Amino acid sequence: MYAFDYHRARSLEEALKLFATLDEATFLAGGHTLLPTMKNRLAAPENLIDISALPELSGIGMQGGVLRIGAAMTHHAVAASSLVAETIPALAALAGSIGDVQVRHVGTMGGSVANNDPAADYPAAVLSLGAEIETDRRRIPADDFFQGLYATALEEGELIVAIRFPVPETAGYGKYRNPASRYALAASFVSIRDGAVRVAVTGAGKNGVFRWEAAEQALMGHCSASRIADLRPESDALLSDMHADAAFRANLVNVVTRRAAEHLGGASIV
Amino acid sequence: MQDVTLTVNGKTETRRVEGRTLLVQFLREHLGLTGTHVGCDTSQCGACTVILGGRAVKSCTILASAAAARGEVLTIEGLGDEEALSPMQEAFHRHHALQCGFCTPGMVMAAHNMVQRHEGELTEAIVRRELEGNLCRCTGYHNIVKAVLAAAEAHRAVASAPAGQD
Repeated sequence: MYAFDYHRARSLEEALKLFATLDEATFLAGGHTLLPTMKNRLAAPENLIDISALPELSGIGMQGGVLRIGAAMTHHAVAASSLVAETIPALAALAGSIGDVQVRHVGTMGGSVANNDPAADYPAAVLSLGAEIETDRRRIPADDFFQGLYATALEEGELIVAIRFPVPETAGYGKYRNPASRYALAASFVSIRDGAVRVAVTGAGKNGVFRWEAAEQALMGHCSASRIADLRPESDALLSDMHADAAFRANLVNVVTRRAAEHLGGASIV
Repeated sequence: MQDVTLTVNGKTETRRVEGRTLLVQFLREHLGLTGTHVGCDTSQCGACTVILGGRAVKSCTILASAAAARGEVLTIEGLGDEEALSPMQEAFHRHHALQCGFCTPGMVMAAHNMVQRHEGELTEAIVRRELEGNLCRCTGYHNIVKAVLAAAEAHRAVASAPAGQD
């Protein structure tokens, strides 16, 4: 890691002010992606602004029919929340499948969504559930937020404050983990709200998380795994690497989506 | 450089360190607490596991400055010593849950925290799942899991013993 100065913000206002005044600044939440990236010298900010303790980014609560989760909530906090378990149990199960217990104690939902790693779990839930990303200045619909590998609609210095999840009728998550990293080799989040089915796939797409519209249409009206038994995404849009080639990933996307549809109200994590 | 104050194993310590100083470096290089190991330095192996604010964390992936806001630190040195092993250390000893010992401090801290968080209510499945973040390359996990389950059982026995009896 190159040298930098550390700053701890005590309020959202202070964090934004620090960002505006400091050179080459980056926000630090749990740091479980940022610090490894900095150790590899793939990022070299001159100033880190610690936002993990901001009161504005904390808390999990219901507002109308919307589950609002503060951006600084850890994966452990989401996985252990009785409110999340009651309203969107698949989301609690997803959070509990990230990394390992030590990682879940520190890594945050906002950090994961802002980073938009193509194999991260949260983007699948955010996109499938049609969540809104609430920032310091606006609300961004999930369909507009994710813009390719590690790319999002966030502007320079824009900070995620919370994610707002409309509570669906039901949802399920199917994940096939890379056994070493526990990132998704392929994972699929299926949700039903107002009769509409939305399927979001992570870990597999060349451009990161994507909606699998062919599966959505096949599952519309009757969300049964048998309806997508022979359906696979086009493999030329899928990642191919040492862990899995595109054809294998296309098959995995089919498998995890069927499992998600078979585990509505929960998850299948393998 | 900035002053970082941390309470480690019940003792409050202040050191002047760089912003980029990791918690594990603060413990090992500035406080001389070398029981916490660095295995992979990539947040995978868990040899650097310590307890911060009541939760097991990987001290190679937390800045010392950031840790200062997250509560007290407990390391292997604060758990027990050769004269008085903690129940988890005793269980590792009794069940031969180590060979080379490199991963052991992290294993013991993760296991200790697991028993505390679950109040001793552990099953083999939970233990195996919650040790996913700790890698052992020689003993294998069989005896480690046995040791954690034995310590959990001992924890439950102590918790359910009638109070006030000698």
